[in-house]
Amino acid sequence: MTRFVVRRLISMTLVLFAISVLTFLIFQAIPNGDPAARLAGRTSTPETVAAIRRTWGFDKPIYEQYITTMKKIFSGDVISYAQQVNVVHQIKLDLPATLSLAIGAGIIWLALGVLFGLLSAMRAGHFTDRALTVLALVGVSTPVFLLGAVALYFLAFKASIFPNGGYVPLTQDPVQWLYHMILPWLVLSVLFIGIYSRVLRSNLLDTMNEDYVRTARAKGISERRVLLRHVLRNSLIPIVSLWSLDFAAVIGGGAILTESVFNLQGVGQYAAESIAQLDVPPVMVIVMLGAFFVVVLSAVTDVIFALLDPRIRLTGR
Amino acid sequence: MATVDSTVRAGAPAAPGAEAGRVGVGPYRLGLRRLRRNKAALAFGALFLLIVVLCLCAPIYASDVAHTGPNANHVTETVKVGGVSKDVVSPTGVPIGPTWHGRFFLGADQNGRDIAVRLLYGGRNSLEVGAIATLITMTLATIVGIAAGFFRGFVDGVLARVLDLIWAYPVVLLGIALGTSLALGGITIGPFELQGNSLLVPAVIIGFVYVPYVAKPIRGQVLGLREQEFVDAARVGGAGPLRIMWSEILPNVSSTIIVFVPLMIANAILLEAALSYLGAGVQPPNPSWGTMISDGIRLIPSAMHMTFVPGIMLVLAVLGVNVFGDGVRDALDPRAKVRLEEHAEEASR
Repeated sequence: MTRFVVRRLISMTLVLFAISVLTFLIFQAIPNGDPAARLAGRTSTPETVAAIRRTWGFDKPIYEQYITTMKKIFSGDVISYAQQVNVVHQIKLDLPATLSLAIGAGIIWLALGVLFGLLSAMRAGHFTDRALTVLALVGVSTPVFLLGAVALYFLAFKASIFPNGGYVPLTQDPVQWLYHMILPWLVLSVLFIGIYSRVLRSNLLDTMNEDYVRTARAKGISERRVLLRHVLRNSLIPIVSLWSLDFAAVIGGGAILTESVFNLQGVGQYAAESIAQLDVPPVMVIVMLGAFFVVVLSAVTDVIFALLDPRIRLTGR
Repeated sequence: MATVDSTVRAGAPAAPGAEAGRVGVGPYRLGLRRLRRNKAALAFGALFLLIVVLCLCAPIYASDVAHTGPNANHVTETVKVGGVSKDVVSPTGVPIGPTWHGRFFLGADQNGRDIAVRLLYGGRNSLEVGAIATLITMTLATIVGIAAGFFRGFVDGVLARVLDLIWAYPVVLLGIALGTSLALGGITIGPFELQGNSLLVPAVIIGFVYVPYVAKPIRGQVLGLREQEFVDAARVGGAGPLRIMWSEILPNVSSTIIVFVPLMIANAILLEAALSYLGAGVQPPNPSWGTMISDGIRLIPSAMHMTFVPGIMLVLAVLGVNVFGDGVRDALDPRAKVRLEEHAEEASR
């Protein structure tokens, strides 16, 4: 077990390193064009470009540039060019909104995804299954920013049931926080519920054909118990690992569309606003952060699964 | 046993089940037969096809019905609706809604451009980006997946790590990272040079971002296939690795590839919309469903047709290709469906 954990941690560190290199390359070493001009964005003057070239060391060899960039990011003194604010500081300010969105929506989409998947599989081929399938397909076919905008228009602007976007910190007013978060949670969850319920449905149907399920039935266990204790438990493994990845992506700014539509002032919206101004440093840091969260959380999930299920320790590396 | 060669199975004596009488029916023929029975999938497939055809007819509509181009401004003009002459864009900046006549059939946008014309031209761009991106994804993923699974060892070690690396980035974030970076300078790949505002930039980005999602399952399947007897047989017969991959492995993963195509088209259209919404996709004034929706979102209270028209079109197109793709998957992979009649096929997989 210790060996498994150590090996997983080493590979995680290597992937994190590779991600930092790749992100660096995307922004600074893509051919065509001056990386300093790229960093300065579209509204740059020759002076800022020259200043950026000096501070980021673009006249130095590439590995030295990489080290300078990483030093800047990890010591927390990356400055955005459009607004001249400290990027790391700004991300820290935006993180509570993003965390609120991720945690609430994560719980909703996991619970409803499992519920709908279970219902769908139990009633496979019947009306409930068909109806849920149609709903799931509509859910995965609708862009989240469109759904968010339409929901805001009808439920907030027209009917005034919900507030018109914005974020209220939990520490400031828990009731208002909840009131402002409900709509973003639901809208972000729709896509994931669609995916999860369909993945779970097909997993459940596959698992139902396993020998041990037949054995369980043959022992005379009630159908309900067979389904919940034997079939569902095994079918949940891929769902939970999927969940941890999606959850990590949302924390790392992956809910960029939901955050911008609802004006949540989170990490994702910060990225979106920076793109609009073609302000590259924040985008670079947030993209790296997003990938980091995914890698770290998937390593954690792997270790937890290995603790729970010895088969993974033997087969999965 | 894998479906190595369907004729062997179908030609075997006394094969049980309803299909036994028909000699030489291949798995694709069976799949097509199953797909034909799935009326919902066919209907939605037809819907998608209809949208494609409509969008291809964009120039005809523009010149013969609407008499305007996708980027032509008519801000200061008026249009006659039921004998009354109305401003295309009102003095307060509110564009006209659907007139249900030739000109401005679905209304105008804040620049006085004909929404219906832009919808069709934008659809062409969205679908083009989707198609090219899917082509790129499928080609790269097939090559990478088969090579990684077949050679294993060092090649697999490198390719699988690269796939894991790309896969670690949240899709939208990687898309915007590449989009922001490339929209400024364009790209040069060998002899091909792309301008920053070219339609191909988002297509290449989207195609690239989705490669791991397809390459990983293909790799997994090839890892199992390469141990099969028919691969040994080919090797003994003197076939080199390229030949084995092309004529032994590829046909056996082709159903996986086919299943992924509609799914990827749907995802690519959605990602294009998301990137365009964020300003890292199709660059204005080029229309696409994504750019049209993002133009309209700020004006929903006064001119909701600007959002709803492209939005509904986008959802219908993606839904159509998704439901059709679902039907294709069920038809080619009967295990995904509980239908007793298909258990005969299941046994042979």
